Amino acid sequence: MKVYSWGRLSGEPHAVSMLASTRRLPPLADGQRALPHGMGRSYGDSCLNPQGALWKTTALDHYVSFDPETGLLVCEAGILLRDIQRTFIPRGWILPVTPGTQLVTVGGAIANDVHGKNHHVHGSFGDHVRQLRLLRTDGSVIECGPTENADWFAATVGGLGLTGVITQACLQLRPVAGPWMETETRPYHSLDDFFELADASEAQWEHTVSWIDCMSGSHSRGIFMRGNPATADNRQPEPAAKALTVPLVPPVSLINPLSLRPFNTAYFHAHARKTGRRIQHYASYFYPLDNLLEWNRIYGPRGFYQYQSVVPRHVGQDAVAAMLKEITRSGAGSFLAVLKTFGNRQALGMMSFPQPGVTLALDFPNKGAPTLALFERLDAIVREAGGRLYMAKDARMPRDLFEAGYPRLAEFLNYRDPGLSSALSRRLIGY
Amino acid sequence: MSSMRKIVIVGATSAMAEHCARLWLQQGVDEMVLIGRDMQRTDRVAADLRVRAPQCRIQTICSDFLQPEAIASTVEQACATISPDIVLIAHGSLPEQEVCQQDLQDNRTALEVNAISPVLFAEAFATHLEQAGQGKLVLIGSVAGDRGRKSNYVYGAAKGLVTRYAQGLQHRFAGSRIQVVLVKPGPTDTPMTAHLKSSGAKLASVEQVAGNIVSGVSRGKSVIYAPAKWQLIMLIIRHLPGFVFNKLDI
Repeated sequence: MKVYSWGRLSGEPHAVSMLASTRRLPPLADGQRALPHGMGRSYGDSCLNPQGALWKTTALDHYVSFDPETGLLVCEAGILLRDIQRTFIPRGWILPVTPGTQLVTVGGAIANDVHGKNHHVHGSFGDHVRQLRLLRTDGSVIECGPTENADWFAATVGGLGLTGVITQACLQLRPVAGPWMETETRPYHSLDDFFELADASEAQWEHTVSWIDCMSGSHSRGIFMRGNPATADNRQPEPAAKALTVPLVPPVSLINPLSLRPFNTAYFHAHARKTGRRIQHYASYFYPLDNLLEWNRIYGPRGFYQYQSVVPRHVGQDAVAAMLKEITRSGAGSFLAVLKTFGNRQALGMMSFPQPGVTLALDFPNKGAPTLALFERLDAIVREAGGRLYMAKDARMPRDLFEAGYPRLAEFLNYRDPGLSSALSRRLIGY
Repeated sequence: MSSMRKIVIVGATSAMAEHCARLWLQQGVDEMVLIGRDMQRTDRVAADLRVRAPQCRIQTICSDFLQPEAIASTVEQACATISPDIVLIAHGSLPEQEVCQQDLQDNRTALEVNAISPVLFAEAFATHLEQAGQGKLVLIGSVAGDRGRKSNYVYGAAKGLVTRYAQGLQHRFAGSRIQVVLVKPGPTDTPMTAHLKSSGAKLASVEQVAGNIVSGVSRGKSVIYAPAKWQLIMLIIRHLPGFVFNKLDI
């Protein structure tokens, strides 16, 4: 069947099957390679394996055990972060790190070593995995963790599912008083402002992130959002979860130069007026887009790219300013633009994305050559700054930028499962 | 929800049964007995449900699903453990039609697993519910049981037998406090239908189908199409005249 990644750039045939057992993998035909696939929320081609086999992990959705004394949760890898949050937040435990959607599997969160808004406090997802179980296509099982088989662990966290199928993981949850967040919104009017706010917020606020108006060029403006888990006495009625679905793929992208500038201006002013503190439910704070199902359709039939980079802090401000200038000049870009600082810590995965510095993420409707040309200009800035691009978002980065950004690549290759491959691995690694 | 406090599930490792169990546990269940063919897989489901609902007492029974004596004693054992308010009979396997046409042994196995086995369980539980004087007996049939089609009439015939059996039980318990519910799911995205998915068929999510079942059971429906659109689709398919139906490649 045809399979699309989140960016909907291509829909190519895959032999899709659903894994039913954590003990056995389906047999592979001679020369055939497979790829484990969770919710398909990666934007580019890291979750695709055109013409090959795709093993869906979403039926591996069983909890194994939970210790209410320590908060250690053992679960299969196909379980959704949403399921964990819904089951355990009412019992006083929460995932320490969560990305901007909870509609991803535990296995996917590990394989991409995803990060959230609290990187400066809690690092990335892999930092909270105590153990995981890998099932290799030769039938062998490898258990690994931060101390046990630590090399396999470092290869698998952020390893894009290429070291074996992650079947089970032990996660350390974190105590939480309830489902509420205390949040504060502040507008900023320059990158200086942004960095000042980011630095000033690190000590007092667990979560920091900002929306940036990618059309504002050198006069950068945006909305800085910070939050902390609220104490228990902030109890309010739970909001009713109402999900809407984008019902069809519109013939053209709804995000275009005509819609973008007025939309961004309206969004900025609406939020700049609403500054101040409030109490918010965790779901609407962490996962604002999860109630708009299949929102990726709004970019039309050609799909979209996301470009997410991280550059070191000492060159970060100049690099971000240069990228924003290119984007504004191109008139491309979209409403979904995120600027945030990472804390001063290295991720444990050999191929993990987060590193100390500042990360900028933007969606771009796919307009073919002009979009790719813009990316080349952005690549030049990232390369010059000594940064890297996020593979979970990527569908097109050049190999030299990949190799420069991921210096532990050669080491990682020792741990690959020869029966597994993805469109991304073939594009960037050759097999 | 006092009518939902004790539940027995036969074929507890089926994805549909598991998702019904998860929904029922969210609504509050005191005790649950899970019956499966394979101890390891049944324990896996039980461990999951125990994490989801630590307050519920969950037990497992491993049983042969084809031997009448084994079925009788398993049902005996389950009903000695708890007096169920709901019994869900959910096991089955989707055979490959072509294989069944070529190999009569496979054909027979498919008919036994999908027809004989569930109705023997149903009959045994019916006796216990009758003695207890109340309870809901939920059988998983299929839209495939509504009309025989060349692409899967072995499975369809088995589910057709379940349909007739459920009708008979409904007739038998009419006017009593025992309710017999027949569920007819459409093609659903589970490991059982994995080979349909690779051929590109559009499948309903198992969460959605389980949601339809659980809400239909609590609303007291006697036949539940899941998702509901299949009621209309099958109404049409059942009534198509033969000369039209026979031209369809379904």
